[in-house]
Amino acid sequence: MPKLEKGILLGFYFVQFLTGLSDASALFLVACGLSLIFGVLRIVNLAHGSFYMVGAYLAYYLIANFPQGAFFFWAGILLAALTVGTIGIVIETLLLRRLYYAPELFILFATFGIVLIFQDLSRWFFGAEDILGQQAPGLAGSIDIMGVLLPQYDVVLIVIAPLILVGLWFFLYRTRWGILVRAATEDREMSDALGVNQSRLFTGVFFLGSCLAGLGGAIQLPKGGANLLMDLNIIAAAFVVVVVGGMGSIPGAYLAAVIIGELSAFGVLIFPQSTLVLMFLLMAVVLVMRPHGLLGNAEPEVQGAAKMSTATLKPASKKLKLLGLALLILLFMMPVFVGSFGLVLMTEIALFALASMSLYFIMGPGGMVSFGHAAFFGGGAYAAALTVHYMQTPMELAILLAPLLVGLVALIIGWFCVRLSGVYLAMLTLACAQICWSIVFQWGKFTGGDDGILGIWPSAWASDKTVFYYLTLILCIGGIMALRHFIFAPFGYTLRACRDSSLRVDSIGINRHRHQWFAFTLAGTFAGFAGGIYVFSKGNVFPDVMAIPRSFDFLFMILLGGIETLFGPIAGSAAFTWLHDQIARIDYWQLILGCIFILLVIAFPDGIAGSIHTRLGRYFED
Amino acid sequence: MAIILKVQNLHKAFGGLRAVVDVSFQLEAGQLMAMIGPNGAGKSTCFNLINGQLNPDQGSIFIMGQKVNGEKPRDVWKLGVGRTFQITSTFPSMTVLENVQMSLLSHNRRTKSLLTNVSRLYVAEAMALIDLVGIADQAHRSCGVLAYGDLKRVELAVALANQPKLLLMDEPTAGMGPAERQGLMKLTESIVHTREMGVLFTEHDMKVVFDYANRVIVLNRGKMIAAGPPDEVQKNNEVKKIYLGTASS
Amino acid sequence: MKNAKIFPSAILVILLLLILGALIFWISAKSDVFPGNTIKIGEIQTYSKLTSFTFPYRNGWQLALEEINSAGGVLGKKLKVISRDDAGEPGTAVTIAEELILKDKVVLLMGSFLSNVGLALSDFAKRNKVLYFATEPLSDALVWRKGNRYTFRLRPSNSMQNAMLAEEAAKNEAKRWATIAPNYAYGKDAVASFKKLLKAKRPDIEFVAEQWPALFNINAGAEIQALTGANPEAIYNALFASDLAKFVREGKLRNAFKNVFVVSLLTGEPEYLDPLREEAPQGWLVTGYPWYDISSPQHKKFLQAYQKRFNDYPRNGSLVGYNAMYAVYHMLKKAGSADTEKMIQAMEGLTFDSIVGPITFRKIDHQSSMGAFVGYTALKEGKGIMVRWNYADGKDYLPDDAQVMKLRPQ
Repeated sequence: MPKLEKGILLGFYFVQFLTGLSDASALFLVACGLSLIFGVLRIVNLAHGSFYMVGAYLAYYLIANFPQGAFFFWAGILLAALTVGTIGIVIETLLLRRLYYAPELFILFATFGIVLIFQDLSRWFFGAEDILGQQAPGLAGSIDIMGVLLPQYDVVLIVIAPLILVGLWFFLYRTRWGILVRAATEDREMSDALGVNQSRLFTGVFFLGSCLAGLGGAIQLPKGGANLLMDLNIIAAAFVVVVVGGMGSIPGAYLAAVIIGELSAFGVLIFPQSTLVLMFLLMAVVLVMRPHGLLGNAEPEVQGAAKMSTATLKPASKKLKLLGLALLILLFMMPVFVGSFGLVLMTEIALFALASMSLYFIMGPGGMVSFGHAAFFGGGAYAAALTVHYMQTPMELAILLAPLLVGLVALIIGWFCVRLSGVYLAMLTLACAQICWSIVFQWGKFTGGDDGILGIWPSAWASDKTVFYYLTLILCIGGIMALRHFIFAPFGYTLRACRDSSLRVDSIGINRHRHQWFAFTLAGTFAGFAGGIYVFSKGNVFPDVMAIPRSFDFLFMILLGGIETLFGPIAGSAAFTWLHDQIARIDYWQLILGCIFILLVIAFPDGIAGSIHTRLGRYFED
Repeated sequence: MAIILKVQNLHKAFGGLRAVVDVSFQLEAGQLMAMIGPNGAGKSTCFNLINGQLNPDQGSIFIMGQKVNGEKPRDVWKLGVGRTFQITSTFPSMTVLENVQMSLLSHNRRTKSLLTNVSRLYVAEAMALIDLVGIADQAHRSCGVLAYGDLKRVELAVALANQPKLLLMDEPTAGMGPAERQGLMKLTESIVHTREMGVLFTEHDMKVVFDYANRVIVLNRGKMIAAGPPDEVQKNNEVKKIYLGTASS
Repeated sequence: MKNAKIFPSAILVILLLLILGALIFWISAKSDVFPGNTIKIGEIQTYSKLTSFTFPYRNGWQLALEEINSAGGVLGKKLKVISRDDAGEPGTAVTIAEELILKDKVVLLMGSFLSNVGLALSDFAKRNKVLYFATEPLSDALVWRKGNRYTFRLRPSNSMQNAMLAEEAAKNEAKRWATIAPNYAYGKDAVASFKKLLKAKRPDIEFVAEQWPALFNINAGAEIQALTGANPEAIYNALFASDLAKFVREGKLRNAFKNVFVVSLLTGEPEYLDPLREEAPQGWLVTGYPWYDISSPQHKKFLQAYQKRFNDYPRNGSLVGYNAMYAVYHMLKKAGSADTEKMIQAMEGLTFDSIVGPITFRKIDHQSSMGAFVGYTALKEGKGIMVRWNYADGKDYLPDDAQVMKLRPQ
């Protein structure tokens, strides 16, 4: 708490308030474009952070090459924003447009490919070094407010954000084009019916949204600069703002940005350690209290959601069962064919397959997309590691305890999450996962913090790589078969029923929330099971097993494998892990991986297993 | 005859709009009661109130003598109420058979079972119901690809799985051809008689209403303006004026 | 409809094949032609992130490698480095380590930047009985609390560098101190050890405020404001990279450094100081690398070779990478074989002349005596430099044997 004379204390708090407001403005500028794009196109655009980064770099180089002066400074910023907007147009017309009618969340996959590509392209174009942005000419000083200094540029930001807010409002409510945009936000089918040229509208909105992202990146130059980490650093915060404000609501985004800005400005005065979690805590609270965000309306469906899964589930035919048996035998004979590193990789694939299968269980049949599944996988790893570390539990018991402990966590998180649906549910899972992560990260005395827990090796009998491979294989196949069995059991059918029509399940006496809650807990338990084994395969555990990127990895494994087939998660995790391993040897591997992701999305929208099924499925029927 | 459904002084308003105003009626076993009225008369609201999807502002609803105000649809269902929807609501990722099995699983409280396999549960019962509604040849087709008229029949089979005492059918014949309408209503009529239950349905097709209903209720702007046997209602002046009047002129 | 679908698919399949072809070409081009004639070293580093540090690091060891190999290699064989990116994730690093050992048959592992990756590799090394040479990670735990006989570390640790700073900082009159450091193990360790060391020398000081920004996500304005609110006479800072840049700029605008003595870990390293250009702080007490000002002939030779090879000046990472490769070279020469046990024996107590002076790897804790440059920042021709610096030899800041025995599991 500040120790200042009374006279200056008021100024101190006022300046702190203004500082929070200026942070909020910077946040709003990134988030409003994201919100706009979500509102109209209904896509979760992970590449928004990349546009932000490119905006910052472009503006820096433009300004550096322009003559000096205020005019050229602002011209550089605007030009950078427009250039990013143009990049947005190219991406929308060449890539995203092909995917609007692909299965749900496939665009997420594609936009993540863009993130990877932009990572490496930026490194190539702009260099590895961090860049400190230029000061704004004429605004490089500070002003004195009641004895406390505030940078002039903060004032600029505080003014610009509301101006953009008003500008957007004017555009959306007072221009013909804006009215069309709003119509598309509120009722897509109606705007379709009114004969709006949708593809031009989408391109326009994507251009505007990308421009705003670029502007956000460019305008923060005097407050920071440009570096290769800023894309992923901003994207989580931007999503939090969009979700807290209500997806698609621009005023909501501003309100959320202000709340987050002020909360962190004053939060650091009271709890300096709160920096990691404050935002996500706020998001969790808001979503529990107001499921559609502060100013959001009832949820618009995510792109393609309506088209999701109308295929019936058929139990495997005799031929398929034989094929599965052959595969199983092959897996058990693996140690003969592959070297010991091959076994390490196979062990990892088996564990990821079980984890992604558990995610598939709630995503496919359950219709609940989780962005935070790594919390359960990593939670299992930590549960096992902690019991071993503190209670010297033998491996066998730790592997059993891990899913139980994680199941308990999933039970609590699930209770809140199943009340929501769609993107809001996904974002709440993300928030919960991030809270779990920050507990593990921050509680260093108990969990080892980011130094992790080391020396968690298997029992002596299982320490041989081949033995451990067999152990993992048996446990994972058992887990996968169990989940598969659940899908064909009454519970799995009920879960699908809940996904298909909540109206119908309600009118045949089924408690939807309770079944989904149960499913969520079950999925968490199985992910925890996989995590519990995983820790013994690695020998250590670190908070990054619970972090957001790992959650997305699981999601991508499922999408890669194909969301419509039961075999998808297995094929996906194998392909994903193998691809990662093969490509990581190359210098610009992110670029290549990104390209491959995008190509896969376009060429095989049904995923690997799905494509095999559509092309070769008829040969396997009885 | 036993009174299956009793509605007393039901009121419901949405903001300023009074959707249902002081509606009272009762339905006995073996009866087919039609609820008619122009668009926006409050029929669907009435259904949703009885079904439990909405809470009444005032008044009470008794099903089999038990007050169900404020009960959730799933609890109302457990009392023996089946429902079909104006816009069919089935599980598109399942076959007809599986749709009916779902209802039977719920009826037998087996939905949380993890160990059994659906393909072996209640198949015979489900097939019997599917046969009853006359779509046995479609049993293994996915509801996602079924014709609209067949979906209506699926809904009926699903609703019957619970051995309901009361069937709520919102526009049961919408989207069907004339012959199909007759078929479905004949079927419903015979089920009502064999199963000793009551049916409340809404309908736009006046021929269907007057051919099959034992009693008719007429709603207009939320108010009940007439109730009685079909021929009586047909003669009611007010009904003629505001509802049939448009048809006859 | 059909045609529209076939067209892009055909192109995509061709593209996929092209990429695959390029991949195979790349991998086969990289595989060595004469496997019997090389000693393979596995190098793991965060090359897809933190590039401002790790790229110069790579240049450093590459230069050393070229020098070593063109002088005939070691033990009659050429050295070959298989370099991999760990993406900053300990789990990935362990998988790669396993691949390097099992598939590529490397004789030892070296590298890593983040402390937790270092710790994971160290644990892996212990379990699999391979030598791991940690080059960058600063965590104290690596050689002390969680040390093991398979792990060696080159850079002066977190607490060693803080001891160098605390020694000089204690001479300053400031009594009221505030701290700011990134909210993860490195930052927490840095603050804790600096506090302890300074308190030991100056019992009269007090710490009045602390801030813990999220790594690379500093909320600079609000956090600086919170620090200045406590009216400190001195600030201890362990921020680096983009956080540091924001901290410096925002702090200046808010007058946070006026009449305030700032002690700043790592800020003198060119990778962090140079991006600040003309805004580089003046008069801060820092650790770093004044490459422009080191007059020893060995360093001059290195500087010339580096500039000629990469057309760029070296950063601190380059120095570390260069020294690391030479440490491996000298160790192998002394060991006379690439057998793990022999290499450990050779590395324990190994002394060699590096470009910054002699470096010894202690037998007792496997920490090297490589030091750091401590000095004050200043501005020269619109660029931050270090002045009044001296090379603090690591051997003067290492814990004594009794302490090591207490810290390190035996």
